[in-house]
Amino acid sequence: MDDIPTDGPHPASEHGPDRRWYDDDAGPLVRLYALTRGRTRPASEAFDLIALITADSPYGPDSPYGIDPGLPPEPATILELCRYHPQSVAEIAADCDLPVGVVRVLLGDLLDAGLIHVSRPVPPAMLPDERILREVINGLQAL
Amino acid sequence: MASKHSDDAPAPSTPGTRVPRATGPDGEPALALKILVAGGFGVGKTTLVGSVSEIRPLRTEERLTEAGRGVDDTGGVEQKTTTTVAMDFGRITIRAGLSLYLFGTPGQDRFWFLWDELAHGALGAVVLADTRRLEDCFPSVDYFERRAIPFVVAVNCFQGSRRHAVERVSLALDLDAGTPVVLCDARDKESGKKVLVTLVEHASRLHTARLLA
Repeated sequence: MDDIPTDGPHPASEHGPDRRWYDDDAGPLVRLYALTRGRTRPASEAFDLIALITADSPYGPDSPYGIDPGLPPEPATILELCRYHPQSVAEIAADCDLPVGVVRVLLGDLLDAGLIHVSRPVPPAMLPDERILREVINGLQAL
Repeated sequence: MASKHSDDAPAPSTPGTRVPRATGPDGEPALALKILVAGGFGVGKTTLVGSVSEIRPLRTEERLTEAGRGVDDTGGVEQKTTTTVAMDFGRITIRAGLSLYLFGTPGQDRFWFLWDELAHGALGAVVLADTRRLEDCFPSVDYFERRAIPFVVAVNCFQGSRRHAVERVSLALDLDAGTPVVLCDARDKESGKKVLVTLVEHASRLHTARLLA
């Protein structure tokens, strides 16, 4: 997909003042997307906000293997967040203080590298039975 | 998001993708359910999400491709101008392996496109209403009615509010007979819980009705 942009944004004069920068050219303009090397969409799939992510990596601060030497800080942080309990994409974004779009790209990389598992949300219409909703109601009342 | 959702197919296993591993205590797949909190600007969405869950701000860095549609004639050229949209987000853990996620919808009309992602697969929605500015929640009511997403209208009011509010609101919003309207105090946890319980019960009824149909 879109990778490291090879040439910078075209000067406005080349395309007229109203010409927008787009595609790869826009990447470096947005600092946050520098973390994703300019990519705005994950390579593999669109992660639902409530898809649950579980880390599946031998690396980590508490691991005898230590922190994966190949991972930049942000993906390493994501792995650490979902090491012990599945975390939703929304929680990961909130905890990392990164926009969801950035987190989705980083998750795509981690998925491709085989470092995470994704549990996609079950649409309410496909819930196994009424028991789940009854559980939710009871759980809410017990809050 | 411009990208298509990949979870249209029945979960949990889609051919060609990994087997999900997130599981509950009994080895069942972990379940995440989503509830939207919608309503006009300043009606108390943040307050409601915060009263029943641990609230956190969620940033989405959105391209303005969709938001700009109808404003700028881009002639099919994709803009990549981005904007940050903040929304409220909270989690309620029902038990290990079963969580409820609340999302406060962005108030501004120009972020309607974000709603589609939020509404996708939602269990239901709470439309918060203020009787002094009832018209502010018309767009939300329309949105959920059109998509057949179960919703309740929660009239956010302080104590001692007028007692006829429920009927008046139901009439004024021209709600379907089965759509619950409840009075609530978004600041109050018990009140917020009641709103959510009403919603899940309503969604459950519709779910059963659909199964029997």
